[in-house]
This record gives sequence, structure tokens and C-alpha cells, in this order.
Amino acid sequence: MNTLIKVENLSKQYRLGQIGTITLKDDVIKWWNKFIKKDLSLNESIEVNDRTSVSSSKFVWSLKNINFEINQGEVIGIIGKNGAGKSTLLKLLSRITAPTNGKIKIKGKVASLLEVGTGFHPELTGKENIFLNGAILGMSKKEITNNFDAIVKFAGVEKYINTPVKRYSSGMYVRLAFAVAAHLDSDILIVDEVLAVGDSDFQKKCLGKMKDISSNSGKTVLFVSHNMDSISRLCDRVLYLKNGEFVNFGPTSVIIEQYLNEESSATNEKNYFASDTIKGNEIVKLIQVKVIDELNFTRYNFSVDEKIGLIVKFQVLEETSDLICGINVFNNMDVHLFSSHDTVNYKKVYSPGIYEVKVYIPENLFNEGVHYCGIAFMSYYPFTIHLNDVGSIGFNIIDKQDGSTNRGFYTNTIPGALRPSLNWVKI
Amino acid sequence: MDKEYSDQTWDLVIESKNKFFNLNLKEIWEYKDLVWIFVKRDLISMNKQTILGPLWFFLAPLFTVVIYTFVFSEIANISTDGIPGPLFYLAGTTLWNYFQSCFIGTSSTFTSNANLFGKVYFPRIVIPLSLIISGLLKFSIQFIMFLGFVFYYYNQNLINPNYYIFCLPFLILLMAGIALGTGLIITSLTTKYRDLTYFISFGISLLMYITPVIYPISTIPNSIRFLVEYNPISPIIETFRFSFTGHGTFYFFDLLYSFIFMLIILLSGLTLFNKMEKTFMDTV
Repeated sequence: MNTLIKVENLSKQYRLGQIGTITLKDDVIKWWNKFIKKDLSLNESIEVNDRTSVSSSKFVWSLKNINFEINQGEVIGIIGKNGAGKSTLLKLLSRITAPTNGKIKIKGKVASLLEVGTGFHPELTGKENIFLNGAILGMSKKEITNNFDAIVKFAGVEKYINTPVKRYSSGMYVRLAFAVAAHLDSDILIVDEVLAVGDSDFQKKCLGKMKDISSNSGKTVLFVSHNMDSISRLCDRVLYLKNGEFVNFGPTSVIIEQYLNEESSATNEKNYFASDTIKGNEIVKLIQVKVIDELNFTRYNFSVDEKIGLIVKFQVLEETSDLICGINVFNNMDVHLFSSHDTVNYKKVYSPGIYEVKVYIPENLFNEGVHYCGIAFMSYYPFTIHLNDVGSIGFNIIDKQDGSTNRGFYTNTIPGALRPSLNWVKI
Repeated sequence: MDKEYSDQTWDLVIESKNKFFNLNLKEIWEYKDLVWIFVKRDLISMNKQTILGPLWFFLAPLFTVVIYTFVFSEIANISTDGIPGPLFYLAGTTLWNYFQSCFIGTSSTFTSNANLFGKVYFPRIVIPLSLIISGLLKFSIQFIMFLGFVFYYYNQNLINPNYYIFCLPFLILLMAGIALGTGLIITSLTTKYRDLTYFISFGISLLMYITPVIYPISTIPNSIRFLVEYNPISPIIETFRFSFTGHGTFYFFDLLYSFIFMLIILLSGLTLFNKMEKTFMDTV
């Protein structure tokens, strides 16, 4: 494999507080420290980049000791929450700013698209802006001329090409801008989350184009997104950053699973021992809830055509014959999809002790995405809710997209809260 | 040694420190189309939404000359060294305007292009270079008008153009070099010390008054003449005027002084610019 990008111990430090107020005095102090060989940049008081905690230090590591390698033709996704260092990494890779420590080694020409339409001049026409924007992105006049027709066609603005771009609709503007960048003759294309601005059709077109770029012309693409859906469709490998630090780098499905596990509040297994997590009353208490597959292994990710199981372990403290376990399932848009009560074990007498119930949700029911489970215990006579824990248990539904599932060979997002398999018959 | 060797195969190594002086001419050449496009953008956007359009390139200096002739020549009665007033002022302002537009443009390179620089990489020096070139085109237009005046007064036998006019390319080079060098220093420092932006506007008019633009060097009292003589721009203006009119002064060593000053200021400017361009986005 031909390594195109090699990142070694890459770190970037930013100053907290107001940068505009740097005074000559500060600089003199800095020069003096440099002069007497005090290296401020390695000062231990510098903190990791956790934006939620109040900082006591003057500096912060936006990126700290990042190492990875990228091979030719790979599509790499970069994920992490806001403030994880994704944009800083892209800025360093595209030479907007320089690292504080470490090195980036690059083979080939880099083109970066951190913003759509960088340098577009509103007074100039679409045609003039193609040349301006192309040149800013590093294309020669000849390259732009050669690609001109393709750019115009991709953007779909043939009719308006001689109109100043200030008269364009925002959609046309974005399409034209992406079209220029997509036709760059570079070996490495760096794309920030710029596609979020277009309509969904156009976003798909862009994602498709990016996929094309890598698979047909062997270009390497680095892509930042918060949209796990686009990441999983597009990327071969994913780099996962957290608070400026490296977490993991590996195959897309593995890293996305890790990311969703670590960053979402839902888990596939929850224990209720600690005093702050105790759920229940004097009749029933939750002990543990697990999401399992058909082989009883704890899992988080399920294919749409797999059964999802739940095991609820609970403690009964007082003998009762009026106790029902129920589950509520929500999708990631907080739509309450359904509720199910354990009617089989109802009227059974629970003497004090520890019990487990297991239930399977059928395959081919959910649409793709993260789902959350609420676990509840109730009595019917009189109707009492003993406990209800919502949102801490979850699982993720994915689609293999190999034609074997109920999406068939359709590759775009299928809308809807549920996606059952139905029998279609020709009559 | 092994590591050294493997470093050789990379096209680009991004590090925290730049080499002390690193003017990558090859890279700038690769971006020549961009330089040209910026020049065009400059010239086009300047005349957008004006009725007279490019005519302003002639009108602006003409008005200046009329005012100067009236104020300095008629009212203040300052000598023009025997050169007809309008030609005298036109000679001064044509070359001075070139310096001024290059200097002011270059000195706000970082602050006025922060948006662009924050989103895309290209050699930052492309912007000052394009300003120097678009300034040169504006200068050429005004210079043609100036030649018209020269021709008119020459026919009336009021002036004696001489072979020193072949110095002109060298004079322009000096002007461009000094404007670029000082502009680069100012823009590099303004990324941190914004105070300098206030200094630029009155600094440039102050500089004009210690440059023989509106008066000949011969009219300066001896007590303050050093101010004008140590100003490296003075010999350039004086030589320019002398070569086209035959009036005034020409000293080879004064020009040499300007040349050496230009080299030093340009090298320092490029060095400082090169140091700042990598991280200015963090401070701007």
C-alpha cells in the first residue's frame, strides 16, 4: 500500500481568552522565556480540550499527539463531538495554520474544501467565479478550461453561467461551488462538513461524487461529518477523536460502533447497583438490563434482519401477583414506536427474590439508526408505575446493504419510523 | 540516517517551524494563474458600479494635479525648480501613487484576507504580488497621460528629457520593492498589534511630506534637509523628474542608497511575512 499521509505526534495548542489583547509586554515575557530556554509549549499545566469544564490554564491542546497513516485511494472519515479537534486537524492538513508540535508528511497534491465557495465574488459571473475559485483551490487555468463543461454540467447551472452569482439561489451557489472542488485534479481531497448546506438530493449527489472520486480515480478523500449515515456509506476507515486526543482508527463499522457506544448516553448493558442509578421502590428494583442477540451475546449493533433481545433482571422485595414488566421503544428522533407488556407472566406470583425475563423484538421491524428502550414495571390494580427508566438502554440498527435485506438494492435513505418486511404480490 | 532518507520521498512536510528564509519560487510560479486572476479581480471590482469606469484612472490624478497646482504653486508659491507646475506635480504624484497603492494594499494583506486565508491554502505572497502588478497596470495608464504632458511641454521647449529615462524600470523596481518590503513588515505586525492600522494612514501622508512630491529638494531649508535626504524614496522621485524634464538633481550614490535600502527592507519583510503566514490565523 502506498502511504499518502503520515501524521506523527501532531499537536496544536491554542490560547484561551482574548487573543486580540496580546500586549507587547506578554510578547517580551515570551521572548525572555524562550531566551532562558523555558519551553512554554510543553508546560504540564496545559489541559485537554474539554469544553465543558472551566479552565484554569491559559492554553489548551486542541489536538494532542495524533498519529495515523492514510493510504492511497482510501476514503477516511473523521468523527468526534464538537470540539474534538476535527476541524483543527483539517486546518493543519490543509496548511491553514501550522502545528505546535509534530509533523504531517504528504505525498501528492492536496485540495481542501473547508467551506463551499471560498473566494466567490458576488459581482462576478458564474463563469468568472469558476475560474477564480478554481485558481484559489490550486487549479491552473488550463485545468479549469478542460473541466469547465463538466463543472457546469455537474452544478446544473448552464442557464445562469453568465449571471453574477449574487443573483443565484443559495442552492445554485452551493452546487456550483462543490462542482468546482469536485473537479480538482488533486491526489488528496479534504472535505469538511460543508455538504450540510445543500438539499438532500444534492448531498447525495456530492457523496456519490466523492465515492466516485476515490473508487474510479484512486484519489484519497478525508471527510468530516457528524452524520454517521454518510460516514458509514462513504468511508473505508474512520478516525475517532475525543477532546483533541486520538481514540481509535480502524474499519468504519467498528469505529462507528465504538463512537456511538461511547458518545451516546444509551448503552447496551446497564447495571443498577450504584445508589445514583437505583431504579425502583419497596416492591421491585431493577438490577440489570442487557441487549442481546439470538445467541445471547450482548450486542449494540444489529442488522435490520436480526432479532433484538432484551434481558431484564430485577429483584422483587414483596410478594405480589400483579407485576408486569413493560418496554417502550423510541427511535433516535424520540418517536415512541411501540410499547409491549409481559402478558405471559402476568398473574404469576412473584415471591421475594431475583428474576429475569427475556423478550425478543422481531427482525425486519425497525428502520436504521439508534433506538432507545424504556424499561418499566407496573401493577394494573390499581394502576401503579413502580419504576420507569427511559433512554439509558439502546441499540443501533444497521443495514448491510448487500441486497439481502428488505431495502433490496435501493441505496439511499428509506424514510419512516419503521421498516417492516411486507409481502408484495403481483395479481 | 534511515529516517532522513525516508523524508526525501514526501512532497510536503508540514512542521511547526519554518526555515528562516523560505521563498518558494517554484510554488509561486505554479500559482501564477491565481496572481493574474487576483489582478483582474482588482481592476474589475474597482470600476464596478461607476459611470465613468476606467476614466477614473485619468481623472483622479488630473484633479490632484489641478489642486496641487492651485494650492502649492499659486497660493503657497512653492518653487517647482523651473518645471511647469502641472508636469512637476504629475511627475511626483504618478510615481508616488504607485508606491502608496502598493504599500497600503500590501500592509493589509492578512487582515483583509483573513476569511480567505482561513479556508484555503495558497502561497500568501500571491496577494501582495498581485497588488504590485495591478498597481503597475494603473501606473502605466497614468504614465501614458504623463507622457502626453511631457510631449506637450517638450514641444514648447520648456523641458529637456535625457537618457536617464532608461532608468525608469529600475526606478519602478525600487518603488515596488520598498512598498512590498515595508508593507509586508506592517501586515505581519498588524496580525498581533492592531494599533499599527491606525498608524498607516497618517504614516503614509507624513512620508509624502518628507518626500519631494510637491516640492523640489532644492527648496528644503538645510536644517531639516536630512529628513528628506535620508528618505530612500526621495532619490527615486528626484531621478524620475530629472530624467523627464532635465530639471532637478541626480546623484548615483543616492540611488545606490535607495537600492541597498530596498534590498534590506524587502528581505526583512519577506522573512517576517514567512514567519507569520503559518500561524497568523490563530491570532487574527
